[in-house]
Amino acid sequence: MAGHDFCFEPDDRYNAFLTTCKNVTCGSGNLTGVAVAVKDNISTKGIETTCASKILKGYVPPYDAHVVELLRQSGAAIVGKTNMDEFGMGTTTENSAFGPTLNPCDTGRVPGGSSGGSAAAIAGGMVRMALGTDTGGSIRCPAAFCGIVGLKPTYGRVSRYGLIAYANSLEQIGPMGRTVTDVSTLMGVIAGYDRHDSTSCNKPFTHTPRADIKGLKIGIPGEYFGAGVDPEVATVVNTAIGRLEELGATTVPCSVPSMEYALAAYYVTCTCEASSNLARFDGVRYGPAADTNKSWHAAYQEVRRAGFGTEVRRRIMLGTFALSSGYYGKYYTKAQVARENVKRDFARIFSEVDVIAGPTMPTVAFKLGEKSDPLSMYLSDILTVPVNLAGIPAISVPCGKVAGMPVGLQIMGRPFEDERVIDVAYAYEQAVT
Amino acid sequence: MVTEHEVNHIAELADIGINTGELGTFTHQFNAILEYFDILDRVMGEQAVSRDLCNVLREDVVEPSLSQEDVLRNAAHTEDGFIKAPRVM
Repeated sequence: MAGHDFCFEPDDRYNAFLTTCKNVTCGSGNLTGVAVAVKDNISTKGIETTCASKILKGYVPPYDAHVVELLRQSGAAIVGKTNMDEFGMGTTTENSAFGPTLNPCDTGRVPGGSSGGSAAAIAGGMVRMALGTDTGGSIRCPAAFCGIVGLKPTYGRVSRYGLIAYANSLEQIGPMGRTVTDVSTLMGVIAGYDRHDSTSCNKPFTHTPRADIKGLKIGIPGEYFGAGVDPEVATVVNTAIGRLEELGATTVPCSVPSMEYALAAYYVTCTCEASSNLARFDGVRYGPAADTNKSWHAAYQEVRRAGFGTEVRRRIMLGTFALSSGYYGKYYTKAQVARENVKRDFARIFSEVDVIAGPTMPTVAFKLGEKSDPLSMYLSDILTVPVNLAGIPAISVPCGKVAGMPVGLQIMGRPFEDERVIDVAYAYEQAVT
Repeated sequence: MVTEHEVNHIAELADIGINTGELGTFTHQFNAILEYFDILDRVMGEQAVSRDLCNVLREDVVEPSLSQEDVLRNAAHTEDGFIKAPRVM
């Protein structure tokens, strides 16, 4: 493989990167010499990987995540690790232990989260593509807030091997880029079977985007335009859907009744999984040193109090509570029943329509520091979490602005029809550019 | 409603390490969040339907893996090729 040298010295005025790699040697392939940024919760051999947490400061993975190995094989230049909400827990990237990322469209606003660094690195012109991860909207939200494209793939389509787990049953690694074509190209590199991930499916992605959507049936769920959604955002998204109709698609009203409790089901599920996953951070095998002269619990608590940020500690405790004796049935079991209902709602709608469309986020990007109450922050995820509960693919594509800030059109599809949501986004993008 | 006492107990179970000064804030926030979670009481049914999932296992055979050196590299305290942990007893 021929080596190409890549020099990366960005002017990172948005704090998009936690680590940058100045001189990168890359090989030959589909992405030869293309600068790709990688979210800091994806393991990169020899490159510090912190999940934007003090508890992993200094951790250098001894192996590559499967997607990183594929990136290297494709000739991509992995130029750095991007900022994020600590362990992916947040909607703004303000929960990073290393300072917030700023939105390149307005530096007084958040870039969205948790993959805010990846989105800002693209929107700020530092890289063409980036990898993000999406547990409850963490690719689509920052894509919408920064005016770029982001795909949350079908669960199982992209290997999670080497992704530092937060909520295994919900999260997927996915591509982000300036254009739908870039996102599709990156998806082609990272999708496919990996025996190291027991939830991996053998569904490689070999698609080239097509703009023909004549005869496509689009479901428009009332819940995505109801209470809590900024009317101006709804208007912009409705205009975009009108554009899809002009291109030959038809729209049908539909309903996702389980949306009523989807957000609660999501937060119970993800905090429960987090409480288990994050038990491994004990300062023994990696991270800041535990005091070996102290007793186990004293040393463990000291490391975790100093190493985890407030939101991470809050979610670990909430999950521990929801799984504790006497509460498991009330919270975790009910959340799983609710999750089945969400899945069933989508299956019913998809028996009648090809895709579902709505806004990605209920508002445009918040001002820095605007959302200080955790519950009000959680509520802003209402339009993205149903997709993760159901495991279906969804893309966010820029569709206009409100008060100068980008708005995202979200297209959701049937399981393993990532190609179709990409085509719809591509048709829209081609029609407006 | 959860009490500060219960939140403190949960923090102990999770080994999260909590200061008494933080207890009030966490308890207040937990009550707001748990009140929102009560919406799950409206969900009918007690058990999620099984989805015909199956476990994916590999044969239990030794395969090449990371070297001892690589595995120990990130540990703060090591001794004679082992990781040193706080005392358990």
